[in-house]
Amino acid sequence: MATVEIKNVRKSYGPVEAIKGIDIAIQDGEFLVLLGPSGCGKSTLLRMVAGLESITGGQVVIGGRVVNDLEPKDRDIAMVFQNYALYPHMSVFDNMAYGLKIRGVDKAEIESRVAKAAEILELGRFLTRRPSQLSGGQRQRVAMGRAIVREPAAFLFDEPLSNLDAKLRTQMRIEIKRLQDRLGITSLYVTHDQVEAMTLADRVLVMNHGVAEQIGTPLEVYQRPASLFVAGFIGSPPMNVLDAVIDPSGQGVMMPGGALLPLARPRPNDANRPVKLGIRPEHLAINEDGLDTSPVLVELVEALGADTVVYGRLPDGEPLLIRMSGLPSCTEGDRLAVAPQPGALHLFDTATGRRLED
Amino acid sequence: MSNEHTAGPHSVGRRLIDLVPHIVLIVGVLIFAFPIYVTLIGSTWDAATIGRGSLPMTPGGEAWTNYSQAWSESHGERASYTPVRLMLMNSLIMALSIAVGKIAISILSAYAVAFFRFPLRMVFFWMIFITLMLPVEVRIIPTYKVVADLGMIDSYAGLAIPLIASATATLLFRQFFLTIPDELVEAAKIDGAGPLRFFFDILLPLSKTNIAALFVILFIYGWNQYLWPLLVTNSADMETIVIGITKMIGTGEAANDWNLIMATTVMAMLPPVAVVVFMQRWFIKGLVDSEK
Ligand SMILES: Nc1ncnc2c1ncn2[C@@H]1O[C@H](COP(=O)(O)OP(=O)(O)OP(=O)(O)O)[C@@H](O)[C@H]1O
Ligand SMILES: [Mg+2]
Repeated sequence: MATVEIKNVRKSYGPVEAIKGIDIAIQDGEFLVLLGPSGCGKSTLLRMVAGLESITGGQVVIGGRVVNDLEPKDRDIAMVFQNYALYPHMSVFDNMAYGLKIRGVDKAEIESRVAKAAEILELGRFLTRRPSQLSGGQRQRVAMGRAIVREPAAFLFDEPLSNLDAKLRTQMRIEIKRLQDRLGITSLYVTHDQVEAMTLADRVLVMNHGVAEQIGTPLEVYQRPASLFVAGFIGSPPMNVLDAVIDPSGQGVMMPGGALLPLARPRPNDANRPVKLGIRPEHLAINEDGLDTSPVLVELVEALGADTVVYGRLPDGEPLLIRMSGLPSCTEGDRLAVAPQPGALHLFDTATGRRLED
Repeated sequence: MSNEHTAGPHSVGRRLIDLVPHIVLIVGVLIFAFPIYVTLIGSTWDAATIGRGSLPMTPGGEAWTNYSQAWSESHGERASYTPVRLMLMNSLIMALSIAVGKIAISILSAYAVAFFRFPLRMVFFWMIFITLMLPVEVRIIPTYKVVADLGMIDSYAGLAIPLIASATATLLFRQFFLTIPDELVEAAKIDGAGPLRFFFDILLPLSKTNIAALFVILFIYGWNQYLWPLLVTNSADMETIVIGITKMIGTGEAANDWNLIMATTVMAMLPPVAVVVFMQRWFIKGLVDSEK
């Protein structure tokens, strides 16, 4: 167990800069999720921590030791890969034991560690099987077993659940969560699935184009997205983003159609400032108390059972998503008066896309 | 096979169509098997019977005499030969050295080319590739000169070493190594396996099937070598079986000891057959628990 510090780490492939300086200190026992769209550099960052990719600039510190120039095997980390990367010709037992054998751990110790890991992961029955004789979920558990028996300072996961079907993914997600609670080993977990990120993470690092857009707990990232990118990436369906203007008194924001939405905290200094206004679909509700809102034209209604997603359009033509719980209460062609819940407005700078703090 | 699957109420014409491939195959097998059958029969008759030119199609009673004479004696009734015992050993040593040597060298060079980044990597790869265009026959004179200058005439080293380098096997192994996922290599790195460990613990076991298949091909290639052993061996003690058989038939002056030639030929066929039969179990096993 140890802390992992990433200090201004950069990576260039020739002229292309894939990681543009990332800073984060991961606490002992913390579960950090690296979340971002495809190609944003999540794997590259993880692989630099693992030692599989050279570090162009900055430092990686594991357990107080700068590991930039250490081989992967000397970094005291274990990694779980998306395609499991099990040794096809070895039994489940040997797959888990191999790293220990190389390190010269004695036989009795190996057996007890593998037995313990097999018990935690419910792999006891499969120890003599080959990987080809296991299901995808079982293979991924073996891959995790291989990491656990090493008792490393940190676990690195690169999209470990992406090859599994949706149901199994949910199940394995819960298992990883339990495992983490039980073992408390510092973990870095790469995913592009926000549900995985929200459920597993102690903290999430949201990445885009090689920079950290935001680092925070899952709730912080959801409730106070630091930028338009994070706002759009986290949450499903994505946040509505509208062009709006702070009203002259600084008490509210003016919607494109002219409707005025009150701000939880007035911003007199920003009077008349154009802003990007973000409202999550689930924070919009059909307006019953007669507040001054724009009528929304309903274009499409998706009934998901527990929820209903309404694809609407504001008077000026801007699209607007609304998510309501329960079954649909409107149909295509209706005009709805909707209003955001109080305190559910997010304001972003039009030029930089950064959040305007209140 | 298809007969069983399509079994059911169908016409005579259909049945005939099914029969045709079988007949063709059977005829083919007969054509290939017939000379071998003649050889087998010939090795059981005495020289005089065969010499008359009308070989019976049923086994005779001289098998034991012919085989034991060919196996261990250095002369027949009409000429003298190297005993089969010696020639088989020479051929075996040569074929085994070539097969094992080729596999060892090519798997190592393929390992280097496929997994390591070093200066001039592609240059080396292309150099290996280009030697495909230079089979033994093309470079035989310079090779002979080198081997002679090194004093390797009439030695097993001289027989085997010049035939060991193999671009084909290198390319085959490289192709196979490229199909091994990067993550597997990385997982081994993280587990702490250095290059040598990775090679012996992971790459070699995974190449089992490929090695078995190549071994069969290369053993037979080595066994059948003719031109090179002919050049590089002078003494009768170093003769390989292929050379021995040609020499037995070769002279044309005296009538040949056909009975001994047939017995020798039968014995010459056995080791390659044994290798095929034995190794077949290996790659069928490899195919059956084919694992990804
Ligand atoms: N060997 C390389 N040479 C050049 N560019 C590379 C190399 N490896 C990665 N890149 C680039 O670096 C960027 C980050 O890649 P990376 O694999 O880290 O993305 P990722 O966030 O893991 O994406 P995904 O979710 O698809 O796995 C990409 O734009 C990619 O094109
Ligand atoms: Mg990736």
